[in-house]
Amino acid sequence: MNTAATRTLVIEKEFAHSPEKVWRALTQGALIKEWLMDNDFQPVVGHRFTFRATPVANWSGVINSEVLVVEPNERLSYSWGSLGLETSVVWTLVATKTGTLLRMEQSGFGSDQDAAYKGAKYGWTKFIGNMERVVGGLQ
Amino acid sequence: MAATSTQIFAALGDPTRRAIFERLSRDGEQTVRVLTDKSHVSQPAVSKHLGVLKRAGLVRARHSGRQTHYRVQPKALAPLVDWISHYSRFWHERFDRLENLLDRMEP
Repeated sequence: MNTAATRTLVIEKEFAHSPEKVWRALTQGALIKEWLMDNDFQPVVGHRFTFRATPVANWSGVINSEVLVVEPNERLSYSWGSLGLETSVVWTLVATKTGTLLRMEQSGFGSDQDAAYKGAKYGWTKFIGNMERVVGGLQ
Repeated sequence: MAATSTQIFAALGDPTRRAIFERLSRDGEQTVRVLTDKSHVSQPAVSKHLGVLKRAGLVRARHSGRQTHYRVQPKALAPLVDWISHYSRFWHERFDRLENLLDRMEP
């Protein structure tokens, strides 16, 4: 696994639906709940909210988020913090002949919002790369 | 007892601890004394950092005479390295649910 892959996860899929419709599914709380998680999302930059998954052992199921980008029908981004790991999620919608190409990009081992992890921001990625070699060497 | 991902991230969130852990990964088992000589912090500080790493399950201690030797437990890193695959599975499943929802929504 290369360094870029350890930092960013990209998933793309084309849907036979208009960008406007996909946008609604991404930005209306009741609709988000249907496919992602319970939430108190608002499409307002700076809005802090939580996603709530089913709690499991050692995890409350709470994901702390803040809206970072709202460009209707084109781009949406929010931070995604859970388990001490601060990532961001960027949604990009591109109209195609038959619908919408939706791209989800999750990236980061940053630490902007969680003071406990300050100082780690620039070190995580290289560290993870090194550790993958260590773990890989075991196999 | 398995440490939580949170403990692992917290333990490695400190640059000094990360450096100690990397050194142990690279050079193999080391005594506190050797680790102290190679770092720019005091022996008590190194011991304290090693204690945090140990509680997170990242290192294991072995006592030999008056010396304590530490070595890494690389398998403890699994939650960290598995991060991408964990989320990859998660999002693929959510994309399927999103498609299902879009098919049911008004145009």
